[in-house]
Amino acid sequence: MQKDMLLGSEAIAEGVKLARPKIIPAYPITPQTHIIEVLSEMTANGELDATFIRVESELSAAAAAMGASQAGVRTFTATSSHGLALMHEVLHWIVGARLPVVLVNANRAIGSPWNIWTDQTDSMTQRDLGWLQVYCETAQEALDTILQAFYIAEKIQLPFMVMIDGFILSHTLEEVLIPSQDEADEFLPPYKPEYFLDTNNPMSFGAAAKGDIFYLLRKSIEETMEGSFDYIDEAHKRFEKIFKRRYGLIDTYLLDDAEIVFVVAGALVGTTKVAIDTLRKNNVKAGLLKIRYFRPFPKKEIVEALKGDKKVVVFNKAVSFGSSGQITQEIKEAFYYEDKKPVLYDYVLSLGGKEVFVENIVDLANNLDNLDKFKILWRE
Amino acid sequence: MIEIRFHGRGGQGAVIASKILAYAYFLDGKSSQAFPTFGAERRGAPVAAFVRADDKFINVRSPIANPDYVIVMAGKLAETVDVTSGIKENGLVIINSDKPASYYSFEEKCSIKTINVNEIALKHKLGSPIMPIINLPILGIFAKLSSSVSIESLKKAAPKFVPVKVEENIDALVEAYDLA
Repeated sequence: MQKDMLLGSEAIAEGVKLARPKIIPAYPITPQTHIIEVLSEMTANGELDATFIRVESELSAAAAAMGASQAGVRTFTATSSHGLALMHEVLHWIVGARLPVVLVNANRAIGSPWNIWTDQTDSMTQRDLGWLQVYCETAQEALDTILQAFYIAEKIQLPFMVMIDGFILSHTLEEVLIPSQDEADEFLPPYKPEYFLDTNNPMSFGAAAKGDIFYLLRKSIEETMEGSFDYIDEAHKRFEKIFKRRYGLIDTYLLDDAEIVFVVAGALVGTTKVAIDTLRKNNVKAGLLKIRYFRPFPKKEIVEALKGDKKVVVFNKAVSFGSSGQITQEIKEAFYYEDKKPVLYDYVLSLGGKEVFVENIVDLANNLDNLDKFKILWRE
Repeated sequence: MIEIRFHGRGGQGAVIASKILAYAYFLDGKSSQAFPTFGAERRGAPVAAFVRADDKFINVRSPIANPDYVIVMAGKLAETVDVTSGIKENGLVIINSDKPASYYSFEEKCSIKTINVNEIALKHKLGSPIMPIINLPILGIFAKLSSSVSIESLKKAAPKFVPVKVEENIDALVEAYDLA
């Protein structure tokens, strides 16, 4: 393990290198481009023994990732925003084919109007696909999550999407512990799929399936998702043992005695922690629930964390128009059968990179009783 | 925590300067972060970059609204951009300029230090007369005036981000440090 200063995107590239993928098909898009730039350099100079495929679009990147993974090798790609949207069709296929592709999405708004800055619309609108989704708080978490993602995806044969906030994580230089290759190898064994495209043992994949079979296959995806918690838990324990860093489905900060809880996913977690420190100094009992896993959604852990007499402000960086913030929807659903429900505020805090400062969050907490819990809340 | 905001023009090296400074703090044993304003990386356009350093991991990730120090890489920017916006009381503004500090006046209560960093850069053949590359010498001045980062760490950090003209850059860094 070696400590260094890396951009979030460079930290991800280091994580990918340590995972030893064989194929990296990718197409550049801001703010993700640094990731694949570094990976293409690593493959060109022999540091990483993989084939980097320069494709002509994100749709092709996803298709090449699908093909590579179907051929039985560890496969990585990265994209953002419009790129992820363009991949959509193939992202479905990758799930149905049960291929453990790992994809990093640098969260960025989707036009119109044109906007390169961060929000989570791009990945939130892919939530129903059957890809696992994790949102990262720091560059360290992003690097670590890459290794965990391959491990879990390959165990359960479902693809894994790792999110970092564009620019706020991708372009920030910060300290990162880089695992050694030996440590990474100890954590992540080589990928050996049971079935794959093999000219010596010809098989057909993804051929037509009528309703009866198709239905069963879809049911098995859901069962795998529901059962994935055990594998995720095992991966976290294994990770902690080797790297001494602990991860969970969720994380909390000063939550136990909190009367006001902010629910946050992504890099905004850090700024919110500072706001909570400020509020605590002023005797406001604030706390935080970090959503790390959005798919599968850890209902049980979230209900446990938020139960009791709490006011819960859910920060969304995306909105399902005509409904509410997606994270709010999920939390409401999780509490449906609970007798005691927290008061929930459905807040759309930042879209298209609208900056959030500590004092915005502090002001919000101090003004909570004036807010309408029946509406989507927007900043002035 | 110490917070520094750089104002420069696209292509002038403000972002690189912020990375070198953050790395030097890291080498000094501090926690640090550096990030730019995003999206306006056009050559010549006003850009800002931010550095934070602290004794513990830095959680806050918003742009720096209340800097302890402001570093203005092109004097003209101090006349057109609100460079001292939100500066902490008795904060310091370092301006690369051939004009005296008294030439500048800001609403905020802060100290002003001007120094012709272009001259130092050109003396060491860094950049061209139209666009001198001043990131190392202006960091030398900052290091001396702030006493918050060691010149040794800046020397070590520099080649990581500026792999060309390493010797010239370090000479300019040291000369500026001694001059300030």
